[in-house]
Amino acid sequence: MPFFEALRLALHTLRTQKLKSGFSLLGVFVGVTSLIGSCSIANGVNRYMTEKFAQTIFGVNTFQLRRRPVFTPNVPDSVWRAWQRRPRIRFSDAKAITEGLTVPVITAWQSSDNVSVTFGNKEARDIELTAASERYFEIRNLRIATGRPFTAQENRSGVPVAVLGDAVAKRLFVDRPPLGHNVRIGGIPYRVVGVVEHQGSLMGFPLDRFVVVPALSPAQNLVNPPGILDAFFVKAGSAGEMHEAMEQAEGIMRSRRHLRPQQDNNFVLDTSEGVQRFWAGINRILMTVMPGVVVVSLVIGGIVIMNIMLMAVAERTREIGLRKSLGARRRDILRQFLAESTTIATVGAAFGIIAGIGLTILINAVSPLPASVSPASVVVAVIMGTGVGVLAGVYPATRAARLDPIAALRQE
Amino acid sequence: MSNVQLFRTGDTPLPDVIILAHKLTREYDMGSELVRALRGVSVQIQQNEYVAVMGPSGSGKSTLMNLIGCLDTPTSGEYWLNGQKVSDLADDELARIRNKEIGFVFQTFNLLPRANALHNVELPLIYAGMSARGRRERAAHALQRVGLGDRMDHKPNELSGGQRQRVAIARALVNEPSILLADEPTGNLDSTTSTEIMGVFAELHRQGQTVVMVTHEQDIAANAERVITLRDGLVATDQARAA
Repeated sequence: MPFFEALRLALHTLRTQKLKSGFSLLGVFVGVTSLIGSCSIANGVNRYMTEKFAQTIFGVNTFQLRRRPVFTPNVPDSVWRAWQRRPRIRFSDAKAITEGLTVPVITAWQSSDNVSVTFGNKEARDIELTAASERYFEIRNLRIATGRPFTAQENRSGVPVAVLGDAVAKRLFVDRPPLGHNVRIGGIPYRVVGVVEHQGSLMGFPLDRFVVVPALSPAQNLVNPPGILDAFFVKAGSAGEMHEAMEQAEGIMRSRRHLRPQQDNNFVLDTSEGVQRFWAGINRILMTVMPGVVVVSLVIGGIVIMNIMLMAVAERTREIGLRKSLGARRRDILRQFLAESTTIATVGAAFGIIAGIGLTILINAVSPLPASVSPASVVVAVIMGTGVGVLAGVYPATRAARLDPIAALRQE
Repeated sequence: MSNVQLFRTGDTPLPDVIILAHKLTREYDMGSELVRALRGVSVQIQQNEYVAVMGPSGSGKSTLMNLIGCLDTPTSGEYWLNGQKVSDLADDELARIRNKEIGFVFQTFNLLPRANALHNVELPLIYAGMSARGRRERAAHALQRVGLGDRMDHKPNELSGGQRQRVAIARALVNEPSILLADEPTGNLDSTTSTEIMGVFAELHRQGQTVVMVTHEQDIAANAERVITLRDGLVATDQARAA
């Protein structure tokens, strides 16, 4: 019996026994759905981490000069204490680097702490106050919704003007536009000149609860001791230029700190690569655990199919006997049942792929994850689904092929 | 009877001898005892004979039927079918012989319940490796031969017992086999339908088909022109009837 005939016969059997076939392909269906679904989620989280998360914290082609890294998962206490003993970044460090860099860059100062902001009798608590220089908005990609950012002139002169985050503006100015009004930041009066566009949230953390003021304005004393910065941002035009600028900045800082060649840096030049490396680690763990889950469900799917096929062989013993008496060879019977199990598994895998893609679209719609179907997972799903069908079919099909036609025909 | 004596082990049968069984034995090892179902059966059947095989249960007629139908191989002896020695062939070769040389008709019809008449008749042609189009033509023709040209799309449960057996006969004939081998073909049919089916057999025989029929009913066997009776694994009588 040629392959095409076996396939046609298998499809015919599937059609005539819809319910049983439906149940038997459930295992592979679930396996493939979870394979594609989890790959899509991993993809989504991956993109979320590398694009949104890293970009939000660091900005594109941007590095930060800091005392310690921004993103510090699982750091032992001893390392943490060593970081705390390091000298802080000073205004003078930032100025020296700005003057020393030969690569075209834009830079910004930044120091932050949590404060309360009030307007009249309204109060917004736990607001991140950032004392920054004027290019901060550009580097962090904070677009102004109404009003304007503060100017270089205002920054240098320390004029008390503030740019509010969306949530702060909404909290304090319920019934009127905020521009031109004076708010109190940690008790110090500031005039609102702009409101930043709504930023949404990042992994559940709101991104709109902030206020930005000029680095040299009076509130600088609320965030850091005089002359001290949390971070110095440097944004280059390309990844290559960023790395060049990083090397130059490292040299400048090492000479300013009088570090000998064998001494390690007592500062960090942090980029989104650190976060991405950390995420890549998590991703690797996910990618080793997840296939386990998928394999388990596919194994169960295979066992279900094998079970169903053994039942089918038992039920159709007479048919097998008849086919043999009509001239079917062992390999014809073998092929018939293998085609059936493979078809069940492949149809299950096909439905699984559709469901997996559906799941991905659903995740995209209801969660912030930019989940996307990875073509590789679809290929793997098809191969595994078919493979499971073949493997699960071998034993029942062999049993069917070995049946003695006389005994098989005699069976009721 | 004289032909049987003429054949010796190692000979080749005459061209018009379709079935030549020479000292066939078949033993079953049932663990504690050895069952000797056939104890040296020698039979020759010529082309276009119509033979009934009779015998009480346990006489070995089913075993002989299985051997003639190439579903089983003898413990000893020779079996020639249409000039080919098949008693020592392997499994796949036997399947090919069954496909090409033998048309089975069973007591219980053995039709595939979910397939229509046409597809049931097509089955042997699938295993013969014929193309789909050729198969349909041949199967349709075979159904017309048994008078079911208008029932091709019907499933077995939409057909009467007699019609089902006609589908089975069409399936048996579709590969133009050397012998039509029927095992109690009227066992599940009422007497009117039995007569009808015997009419089909008689017509096929008239057209030149060799027919071998196993039955335990005297009046069904009476349709054949020759009756072989088995008893205790041996040929008891072998008589030609006056036609």
